[in-house]
Amino acid sequence: MNEVAAVLICLLGGLAGGLVGVGGGVLFVPALAIFLGLSQVESESTSLLMIVIVAAIGAARQRGYGNVRVREGLLIGALALPGVLLGVAASNWVSERLLQLSFAALALFMAAQLVRRARSTYAAGGRGRG
Amino acid sequence: MPSEAGSLPSERTLRLAAIGFLAGLFSGLFGVGGGTIIVPLLIFWFGFGERLATGTSLAAIVVIGLLGALFQGGFYGNVHVVTGLLLAIPAVLGVVLGVGIQQRIPQRAVSYLFAALLLGVAIELILK
Repeated sequence: MNEVAAVLICLLGGLAGGLVGVGGGVLFVPALAIFLGLSQVESESTSLLMIVIVAAIGAARQRGYGNVRVREGLLIGALALPGVLLGVAASNWVSERLLQLSFAALALFMAAQLVRRARSTYAAGGRGRG
Repeated sequence: MPSEAGSLPSERTLRLAAIGFLAGLFSGLFGVGGGTIIVPLLIFWFGFGERLATGTSLAAIVVIGLLGALFQGGFYGNVHVVTGLLLAIPAVLGVVLGVGIQQRIPQRAVSYLFAALLLGVAIELILK
């Protein structure tokens, strides 16, 4: 039963990944931790393996539709490493609660901006570039 | 793409670097995936359409994931390889389905879905 739940949640994670361009880890980690009993570290590491596979196949499919700028994507990915290192170090200096609440605020701000932009861009028959 | 011809390559590179750096920073700080940052910033800063932003984000995530795995000391050790590969099967089915559906819905719907995802992330972080 738990395995079925894990499979369904991973299917949903992949679906979300394809629809909105994220890796799906937000669903893979709880599926592994809650339904299969892996520890948090094991879940995150195993999720990373799944994310790489899912993102690679998703990117290949999107490329078939002409929706990938390969050079830009690779550059963003490669330049993320110094950010990750700083982020991991900084997370030990700053209160975790403060970090969670700040990112929640940022996420809400970006959500509002996306909706605002989508409404104005596509309102009068306009369309997004790209 | 009009935006490509109009702006200096160095400025583009700097903005791409900023997106990569911020995506990495937030993954390191909050443990959220880079896509949460990459997709909105490609839309806001580069004027990418939703489909182009999400496709390019997936390509970036492959690299971030590989680098993250290398930095953690490889995929072995903490990774349950068999479990990961088995669960990757429904996940891959999902992503193929998701990408296919995305081509058939209006781009604005992708923005709304992404906003809903961000809302969910915010609520989860607040309730933690």
